[in-house]
Amino acid sequence: MAEPVLSLRGLRKNFGGLRVTDDLSLDVLPGELHALIGPNGAGKTTLINQISGLITPDAGRIVFCGQDVTATAAAGRARLGLARSFQITATLPHFSALENVALAVQARSGSSYRFFADASREEDLSAEAMRALQDVGLAHRADKLASELSHGERRALELAIALAMEPKLLVLDEPMAGTGREESARLVDVLQRLKGRFPIVLVEHDMQAVFALADRVSVLIYGRILMTGAPDVVRSDPKVIAAYLGDETA
Amino acid sequence: MAEVAAERAPVVSSATTAWRSYVLPLVIFALFAAIPLLGQFTAEAYLLSLVTRVMIFAIAALSLDLLVGYGALVSFGHAAFMGIGAYAVGILASHGFGDALVALPVALAASALFAWLTGIVSLRTKGVYFIMITLAFGQMAFFTASSLAPYGGDDGLTLQSRSTVAGFDLLANDRVFYYVTFLCLVAIYLFCRALVRSRFGRVFRGARENETRMVTLGYDVYRYRLVAYVLAGMMAGLSGFLLANATNFVAPAYMSWQRSGELLIMIILGGIGSLNGAVIGTAAFLLLEEWLAGFTEHWKMIFGPFLVLAVVFVPGGLLGLSRFIMRRLRRG
Repeated sequence: MAEPVLSLRGLRKNFGGLRVTDDLSLDVLPGELHALIGPNGAGKTTLINQISGLITPDAGRIVFCGQDVTATAAAGRARLGLARSFQITATLPHFSALENVALAVQARSGSSYRFFADASREEDLSAEAMRALQDVGLAHRADKLASELSHGERRALELAIALAMEPKLLVLDEPMAGTGREESARLVDVLQRLKGRFPIVLVEHDMQAVFALADRVSVLIYGRILMTGAPDVVRSDPKVIAAYLGDETA
Repeated sequence: MAEVAAERAPVVSSATTAWRSYVLPLVIFALFAAIPLLGQFTAEAYLLSLVTRVMIFAIAALSLDLLVGYGALVSFGHAAFMGIGAYAVGILASHGFGDALVALPVALAASALFAWLTGIVSLRTKGVYFIMITLAFGQMAFFTASSLAPYGGDDGLTLQSRSTVAGFDLLANDRVFYYVTFLCLVAIYLFCRALVRSRFGRVFRGARENETRMVTLGYDVYRYRLVAYVLAGMMAGLSGFLLANATNFVAPAYMSWQRSGELLIMIILGGIGSLNGAVIGTAAFLLLEEWLAGFTEHWKMIFGPFLVLAVVFVPGGLLGLSRFIMRRLRRG
């Protein structure tokens, strides 16, 4: 088996008396789209925050690209190539869509301690940002402020920002959250195209999307991995149906 | 006040409307450049010293606007940097080092060091806590200055003459000093303008809008803020250097929290996050203060309510008001 891009070992996190992540271990393999599903409150976002470094686990190890990053701050992990999107859209509202993405390009190309030259005139920053916007079908809205975009467009912008980081791992926290049927279908298309370019961890409630996209699915319940497997295996597993899928597939 | 800073988006014009963004600063700076020419029609010494004072405070206001308007870092201790710059001049002069080639680097280094040391602590806090902690550091500087007995303590320190430049009495002439201050203001303005558009400025502005997003992009937001804080502290230090020379006097009052508050009012009055607004607000504040003080000794009773009304009814500052009127005119 190939060396995993990301491996979590014995991860544990308590919020007061509540055990949100409970001795959790998980591997993400190169090139795979690994979906993470589970009911509300299963600890999905907490897990993602631990992966991206916004929350420190109480115990356990996080290894990213062969490097132990358990003690590395979020900014450091991002510089190593770990990109994430947010469940609640986190763009810069008063920046144009292009600038939002250009900031992601800038983060990995050259020093940002440059005080004189106008960043908006840097052709290569803008060109690469434009390419990421094209990838998600947002190029025609490049000059609009993020706050002027529709909800679905902002979800796409989130994706473009993550893409522009040229990540070694992409962690997407409910990229379809709150989007309509049409927009959500468009995002699935985009993800379908991105698949294979880099490994993706996808947290999503839209089961249709998950089973259409995922190579492997892990089911998270009460902070533990109930099972990991191919979509078809997971879908028909009686434990999973009882715990989570039951009412949704019925 | 933290909310004021968070709500108003700073102005960074895009490349397509760039020419328009030069009109206002050109008018402002042309006015400043022309004022000494009016000197022959009126009391020249009075006019020059008044407008020199406006330009000196405009430098400090610009540096504060950088923090408040573009970084949402509401510093309530900004006068401390001015005071430190001024005291560097006063203390060095009292030991016989009256040359700007010594005093200016020391003033900049001292204010940078103070900004760095206090920034390390205060930038770990946010919102109201940041306001309180910068206020506390400002007061610390104030009381330290008050207790400097060899340098006048509460009474302050009188300078014998303005700083020399490489041994020459260049700044002794009021007009020359006026234009040196003018050049400093233009340089600081252009630097701030470039800064907010630069790569660094983008990161700094981005951190104001969404810190978590910037962190997950890989930016160590704290460091960028610290660099901006030190730069702003140095600019205020420069204005303190000029202020000591303009008044030939240095006192703890330069660092008082009232002075920090006045600086904040200047940029809010002009419209925060626009640089132009900082210059306009400073001029409006100091000229109004001067004018009202000439009327009555109870001028503060008029000035205070005026400021309250200005902030309540013109939340975008004078600059916001003029933009509103221009839009009305164009439509009408």
